[in-house]
Amino acid sequence: MASATRLESCFVRLRESRRTGLIAFMTAGYPDAETSALLLDALVEGGADIVELGMPFSDPMADGVSIQAASVAALRSGMTLAQTLSIAEAFRARHAEVPLVLMGYYNPIYHFGAEAFAIRAAEAGVDGLIVVDLPPEEEGELRLHTDKRGLHWVRLLTPTSSEARLAKLLHGASGFLYYVAVRGITGTQRADEQELAQRLAWLGGQTQVPLAVGFGLRTAEDLAALRGKASAAVVGSALIERVAAASERGLQGAALATDLVHAVRELRQGLDG
Amino acid sequence: MSVNSFRGQPDAAGHFGDFGGVYVAETLIPTLLVLNEAWQKEKHSPAFNDELQRLLRLYVGRPSPLYPAERFSRALHERGASTEVRVWFKRDELNHTGAHKINNVLGQVLLARQMGKERIIAETGAGQHGVATATVCARFGLPCLVYMGEKDMQRQEPNVFRMRLLGAEVIPVTSGSRSLKDAMNEALRDWVARPEETFYVIGSVAGPRPYPEMVRHLQCVIGEEVRDQLAEQEGKDVLPDLLVACIGGGSNAIGLFHPFLDEPSVRMVGVEAAGAGLATGMHAAALAAGERGVLHGAKSYYIQDADGQIEEAHSISAGLDYPGIGPEHAWLKEQGRVQYDSATDAEVLQAFQLCARTEGILPALEPSHALAWLLREARSLDTPRRVVVNLCGRGDKDIFAVARHLSDSGSDTESDTGSDSGSDAKPDAESNAGLGTKSGAGLGTKSGAGLGTKSGAGLGTKSGAGLGTKSGAGLGTGLGAESSG
Ligand SMILES: Cc1ncc(COP(=O)(O)O)c(C=O)c1O
Repeated sequence: MASATRLESCFVRLRESRRTGLIAFMTAGYPDAETSALLLDALVEGGADIVELGMPFSDPMADGVSIQAASVAALRSGMTLAQTLSIAEAFRARHAEVPLVLMGYYNPIYHFGAEAFAIRAAEAGVDGLIVVDLPPEEEGELRLHTDKRGLHWVRLLTPTSSEARLAKLLHGASGFLYYVAVRGITGTQRADEQELAQRLAWLGGQTQVPLAVGFGLRTAEDLAALRGKASAAVVGSALIERVAAASERGLQGAALATDLVHAVRELRQGLDG
Repeated sequence: MSVNSFRGQPDAAGHFGDFGGVYVAETLIPTLLVLNEAWQKEKHSPAFNDELQRLLRLYVGRPSPLYPAERFSRALHERGASTEVRVWFKRDELNHTGAHKINNVLGQVLLARQMGKERIIAETGAGQHGVATATVCARFGLPCLVYMGEKDMQRQEPNVFRMRLLGAEVIPVTSGSRSLKDAMNEALRDWVARPEETFYVIGSVAGPRPYPEMVRHLQCVIGEEVRDQLAEQEGKDVLPDLLVACIGGGSNAIGLFHPFLDEPSVRMVGVEAAGAGLATGMHAAALAAGERGVLHGAKSYYIQDADGQIEEAHSISAGLDYPGIGPEHAWLKEQGRVQYDSATDAEVLQAFQLCARTEGILPALEPSHALAWLLREARSLDTPRRVVVNLCGRGDKDIFAVARHLSDSGSDTESDTGSDSGSDAKPDAESNAGLGTKSGAGLGTKSGAGLGTKSGAGLGTKSGAGLGTKSGAGLGTGLGAESSG
């Protein structure tokens, strides 16, 4: 077997130290390309175990207002998929070991060319992909190229999936599974804790692939409730909103990044107890 | 691979060749699977079909007439078409609510009831689909939410008012380009959040499986009626030679075309909106000037930039203002079975006026694209003797937009509009009563009557009353009560 990937090693380390991982999301190019790099460093400094980098899209169907707005701002600042990959590549040069997962929608990738994208993403040191609008039915044409280059294919699981559907999703999952805790889009409601715990316990019995929980997680308190129940927790909208609010107050560049470090640290403490 | 039928798509996975599919987030998949299962069952159920047929007849007013448009045909002859060419209008503009949209809505709402859904949502651009959905929901006592781009709410104000009168809630969409594609994003977001109780009525042959096939199935009543009606008028087994329809998402076009796809003698043309002209970038012609892509659940053609970001569409007709096209049309284009072309805003305004004056029918700006294509291509029309145009909507909703455009452009009235004197008529604005800018009647910008923008009468855009586009009264102040004309 090939040596463990960065993502796999990360989850092994988390398991061995009995910690729940923190996956922190930022939109590439938000609020602009230069600041974006500082914000990614801030996620790592604050204690994120895995960084999820959003590829901006004009029509982010599964996202709530905060991430939509970040996407719009990034596109307005001139962000493109090619530049997102450059941001990823520069991140990899600064952080050799932190897993980096790209998250986005298929159209820009399709337009870029599935194979060309897979090649560039692998070159840039990307570890995995979440392509929101490529369910198993349609993932083949991109996955054909990304599997070959050792990129993990992260699938979404939902509370409304039937058992037959879950079996289909678990088969062929890699890296980690992204359990969508709420019915809806990013950044909206809060998850029902009990339903979530039951579901995670059940899923844990079905698969060896680590389970990350996301959508609707906002505070250290939300994360504390997941401690020990999931392999990792994903926070996105709350961090974007933190940056947006700090920008509103006039913070820029390094000061914006410092503010974000504090926010991530709080979340990290919620998970660690 | 050789294709022996053009009517066998999509496959079980919802693919039309390489197009279509279910490109949606996993969060929506369970809901779509349930919908697909219910639809595949209901579409063959006698109870469902009996009720649909009954309401199409008694509530919608079907069948809609297949009307021989003799004076419009003559206008084509004057423009160089063979005098053998005869045009029929398939008059879906006479349907209840004034467009073909209700054919589809009725079927989907019946399905929603069968599935026990308590809440109906829809997206709308021009408002026609929203009005049809609000109407059918009122008929069944179902709560109805319509997502509509903020920009479209401004330019289609009468339809906003109509939907609200029918008891629907119209929700302004402020994200993205604030038009149809964003309304669809927002409707999808709503659906993902409340899947159990909600049914999403999509208004065209777009979206993920099963929508493109479901909406097509429900719109095919158009083409099936044409087949029977033409045979009745022209003789047993007589087929049309040419079918022409406008394309937004493509539902009225596929409804007319699909029943004839396997008749090799029937030529078909779908007309997209070329807006200000394809070269200007301000258009809605996804097939002519877009590229392959994935949006709203389907692989098809979309107007997008070099980075694969979806761009805003532009058309005088809000109903065609969508940057994509249904996946089956992308496939039919690739197969070469249907020809796709486009018409500009300026050509459409001409066609609108000519139809009004030759046939006494105000067509919607959408089907005016189909009419405009015929007028422009008249010279090349020699062999197709029997031409059927899908007159899929009436123009009442568009009179303000038309008046505004005519006044903006001074006189955009073609010299021989409405005249029977031939294509070499003198370009003499004065001779054209009614539509010229200097004439005293109708749509003239300086006229004192009717729709003139400076008139004080009922519908004038600067009047303080009723539906005037500059009135701030939100359409509620009495529909022309202050008319001083
Ligand atoms: C009258 C009319 N025609 C055509 C369209 C475009 O839709 P489609 O291409 O699905 O028929 C609309 C959409 O609002 C419409 O109102």
